[in-house]
Amino acid sequence: MLEIKNLHAIVEEEGTEILKGVNLTVNKGEVHAIMGPNGSGKSTLSKVVAGHPAYEVTEGEVLFEGEDILELDPDERAHLGIFLAFQYPVEVPGVSNKRLLRESYNTVAEKRGREELDPLQFEDYVRERLELVEMDPKLLERSVNAGFSGGEKKRNEIFQMAVLDPKLSFLDETDSGLDIDALKIVANGINHIADDDNGVVLVTHYQRILDYIEPDIVHVMINGQIVKSGDKDLAIKLEEEGYDWLQPKAQVNGELK
Amino acid sequence: MSETKALESMIGEEYKYGFTTDVEYEEFPKGLNEDIIRELSHRKNEPEWMTEFRLKAYRHWLEMEEPSWFNATYEKPDFNNIQYYSSPKQKEQKESLDEVDPKIRETYEKLGIPLEEQKMLSGVAVDAVFDSVSIFTTFKEKLAEAGVIFCPISEAIQKYPDLVKKYMGSVVPAGDNFYAALNSAVFSDGSFCYVPKDTISPMELSTYFRINNMDSGQFERTLIIAEENSYVSYLEGCTAPMYDKNQLHAAVVELIAMDNAEIKYSTIQNWYSGDEEGKGGIYNFVTKRGMCKGDNSKISWTQLETGSAVTLKYPSVVLKGDNSIGEFYSVAVTSKKQQADTGTKMIHIGKNTKSTIISKGISAGQSNNSYRGEVKFSKKADNARNYSQCDSMLIGQECGAHTFPYIESSNPTGQVEHEATTSRVGEDQLFYMQQRGLSEDDAVSMIVNGFCKEVLKELPMEFAVEANKLLDIKLEGSVG
Repeated sequence: MLEIKNLHAIVEEEGTEILKGVNLTVNKGEVHAIMGPNGSGKSTLSKVVAGHPAYEVTEGEVLFEGEDILELDPDERAHLGIFLAFQYPVEVPGVSNKRLLRESYNTVAEKRGREELDPLQFEDYVRERLELVEMDPKLLERSVNAGFSGGEKKRNEIFQMAVLDPKLSFLDETDSGLDIDALKIVANGINHIADDDNGVVLVTHYQRILDYIEPDIVHVMINGQIVKSGDKDLAIKLEEEGYDWLQPKAQVNGELK
Repeated sequence: MSETKALESMIGEEYKYGFTTDVEYEEFPKGLNEDIIRELSHRKNEPEWMTEFRLKAYRHWLEMEEPSWFNATYEKPDFNNIQYYSSPKQKEQKESLDEVDPKIRETYEKLGIPLEEQKMLSGVAVDAVFDSVSIFTTFKEKLAEAGVIFCPISEAIQKYPDLVKKYMGSVVPAGDNFYAALNSAVFSDGSFCYVPKDTISPMELSTYFRINNMDSGQFERTLIIAEENSYVSYLEGCTAPMYDKNQLHAAVVELIAMDNAEIKYSTIQNWYSGDEEGKGGIYNFVTKRGMCKGDNSKISWTQLETGSAVTLKYPSVVLKGDNSIGEFYSVAVTSKKQQADTGTKMIHIGKNTKSTIISKGISAGQSNNSYRGEVKFSKKADNARNYSQCDSMLIGQECGAHTFPYIESSNPTGQVEHEATTSRVGEDQLFYMQQRGLSEDDAVSMIVNGFCKEVLKELPMEFAVEANKLLDIKLEGSVG
């Protein structure tokens, strides 16, 4: 479904290289976890796949269902079924959560050949999806993320994912800032959405969320590269031993900051 | 390529009303002196008192200094190089639509203002002012049945001299300010509306202003009087062709509301705003003021300002009657090199008077957008209240937004609340919405509409659609 080959990317403004040759393949029905220390490029990888304009790809390919998506605008990538749950969801004052979602849903539905929903149908559909993440329906009427608590923002991201039903989701540190009860609910929601037809990539610092969402493959990212991949035992080892034992290998490939 | 550039290119949508109409004009020399004013008054067949009104205003004007206290810089108009009267060659007020020059009718059709009554679905009465002269007022008869007078002000001077004499200059005196004085001296036409006691105007009234001639200034004058227990809603729209020379538009609007009367005045202003380099465009220097003369009266200004190179405009309300209400709802959008200094004055004189100010400024490109508002509670204004909210939104890095609130209270029982915010449409907001599948245009439109909706909902329904479209056109374009 997703093939990333030797991906290099820089921050457009300053020219600093963040991704230094990432290789990653995600197949239908798989759940991947990408772990790694701060500043290793995990968040950047998800933003680059989604098409954030602050980054420029200097080398490599990103193929989604065989199509090179690097020339596509962020909205065109969303139309293909790529979703990013933001690490820091953005506030959009004056635009209600529901209005944004209905526009999004119908735009994406049209592009993906699904039936568009009128406001009443959408209302029913949304109510049902709300239950997946046990979100307060009042948040639908509020401006997008405006005045939401940290936990509500994260839950809202997963709710949006549930509504848009993407093929491939990058969840960027969705677990951070959630207490244990909220984490369980969110994880439960993700498990419901993840099925044989879609792929999920969890970007996380902690093994904690992996207690609730079992990854098929765990990757370790250090200094802009994926340096090791394994099963979920790798995550447990990382939790116990940290990243130090992986560092020397990274150093072989290049400079380590 | 930065996101900012993409955003800026979106604002640069071409001006759609920039065509000119080729009609013959009645010649009138440029420049201003007492003879010109006498000649103008004579051609309009005005009574002596009207000529005197003009001359007095002119003498005031001669002694006044052009103001410069606002937050805008521009080349001052050369008052001797303006044609103070410009009339398409024809008999002035037409009895039947067939008599109107077909070219002028075509212009209004291009602008989307069908004069033909059968085409008018929304039941809006339209007075169309082409350069200086009122071309045709539709739905006259239906209004007359209800007792509502709606006609060009030049006609009102002839037919209803007592009303005009009594009220013209009563809210905006001839010597009020530099541009009001100039207007009082040389105004050529405009609209007059009188709503009698216990009458609700059976339809929205509307005036469309069009400046066609390159060297002419437009100095229209609007006077609306709502007698006891009456109601009227009035809308004005403005467009002009694209010339690389600045044109002056200095209007005066006076509203008078008696006991329990309500006047709702809405403006959609889309004068030509000049090109990317700031060349050309209209100087929109307008004095608008309403007088809540009677108890429990209400005057409400709603404006959507998108055009003009320079706008200086402060629609105000004098709250004289007890329990009277003044409202000001404004969206001002500036792009390219436009400059707007706009806001309101709420002068509380009566007891228990209330005013509300909601101002939304959107700046893009290299434009400069200022809100300037004054709230004044006089000694007698017991329990007066004001609520002001001034929000600014910036699109891009090179524009400016400013807020200048003035509050003056001479009565300790008054209450003023003022809120102000500034926000920027950020790259991150747009990326977020695009990631959810919206195009960049739709994302900007949704953010801007969300920002303005408090004001847009105040527009008469027939025009809300037009307003939304105008905002979208103004802010949409090729996405980079």
